[in-house]
Amino acid sequence: MLERVVVSHSEAETERLGESLGERLRAGDVLALTGDLGAGKTTLVRGLARGLGCVDPVSSPTFVLMHVYEGRLPLYHFDAWRLSGPGDLLGIGAEEYLEGEGVAVVEWSERAEGLLPAERLEIRLEREGAPEERRIRLCGLGARGSELLEGLA
Amino acid sequence: MSHFRVEPYSPRLVLGLESSCDETSVAVLEDGSHCRVNLVSSQVALHEKYGGVVPEVACRAHMEVLNPLLEEAMDRAGCRFSDLDAIAVTHGPGLVGAVLLGVAAAKTLAGLLEIPLIGVNHLEGHLYSTFLEDPDVELPLVCLLVSGGHTQIVEMTTPGAYRVLGSTRDDAAGEAFDKVAKALGLGYPGGPRIDQAARRGDPSRLVLPRPMREVGYEFSFSGLKTAVLVHLQSPGRVSDDDLCASFQDAVVDVLVTKTLRAARACGARTVAVAGGVAANSELRRRMEEACRRDGIPLRSPSIGLCTDNAAMIARAGWELARLGLRSPLTLDARPNLPLTPRV
Repeated sequence: MLERVVVSHSEAETERLGESLGERLRAGDVLALTGDLGAGKTTLVRGLARGLGCVDPVSSPTFVLMHVYEGRLPLYHFDAWRLSGPGDLLGIGAEEYLEGEGVAVVEWSERAEGLLPAERLEIRLEREGAPEERRIRLCGLGARGSELLEGLA
Repeated sequence: MSHFRVEPYSPRLVLGLESSCDETSVAVLEDGSHCRVNLVSSQVALHEKYGGVVPEVACRAHMEVLNPLLEEAMDRAGCRFSDLDAIAVTHGPGLVGAVLLGVAAAKTLAGLLEIPLIGVNHLEGHLYSTFLEDPDVELPLVCLLVSGGHTQIVEMTTPGAYRVLGSTRDDAAGEAFDKVAKALGLGYPGGPRIDQAARRGDPSRLVLPRPMREVGYEFSFSGLKTAVLVHLQSPGRVSDDDLCASFQDAVVDVLVTKTLRAARACGARTVAVAGGVAANSELRRRMEEACRRDGIPLRSPSIGLCTDNAAMIARAGWELARLGLRSPLTLDARPNLPLTPRV
């Protein structure tokens, strides 16, 4: 397990962090995002999408639970905010996407516990200090999770 | 392929089916304008227990309710399945399992009865909801479609000729209402609760940002939501009622300003507001005021037709029939279906 903490001072910085992560992703990678409402999870995903070369604008998938974006690899963007637990994500066939040909990122991943693969990158976003400031804790689980963190600018 | 072209036709009795999210609904529409029946079975009580939509619950509830609802609709409409002339069904966007169920039911019925199947975009349905109560709506129409899952401004110059002028870049307006309500512990669905609390509050106690108010037709509500949450943790916190009033004031201000800007730019002869958030009392009041000032007639369907319902789907299906469109029995559910022009 490898852990890093990054402090972001603006939405733009959070997005850039997502972008540099996005550039490193490959098929089958899973990113699990946690953090309160307004912590910047969707902002980070917007950066990921850009790093993956997705051109369509990223919006919140809260209502329909999942959006798919086409880029260098497909990006499956899940949001478990309206769900009560992992069984609900199974209801929409999430497990197929998690093992799929693209990259999966799950917001409110604490509600998808048990569904996520052991090798993943966990990202926790927290507000701290100034209104724009975020503390971003990245935790690589398993070999692939750690690899994603190594050398991250 | 979701549609193919045929000679334009005008089905007399259209059965509409809608099951894209919280509501299961069945309607029978006669001659495109007379609504014989429009039954809606909502799962809000069920979802309230869970604090949101649970897809597995949603799908199961749709399944349990659809058949009895169909029978009751036929009964109340005073007709039999064999009297139907076409079936219109929402095939996206929405929760994949929920949409799938409606589509499967519609395909089965259309196949058995050997009548045209017409796939309808849920958003297209909202656009036509206005026409159900007022068939003489003048075009071009500029419609603000605003709900839990959508916030967009759409122009319609002739039936089927839609142009999406702008959408939300992040959260839908209704979603922002739901999330702020949850943060305040007001419960689900958040819209009506905030509407109520806002009536007791004073919006001038706290001025919140109006994201992207002055430019274009796109929306962004994520930053506004965050501003509310940041304020909640600040020392000089205003009362919950005042906060609801300020938040609602900011959302409504942006929605009204942009809709009217689009209406003027398009030379709209009608402005419409549709979708669940159209039930918000402050939005209705301010939109009326703004339209009166600009001299553009405003059409807001009654509340029952603003929220998800099958009558609007039947109406949209009837319009597509008149454009010579029908769907194959291989019609797919498309959870991310975009709104594209038919002509």
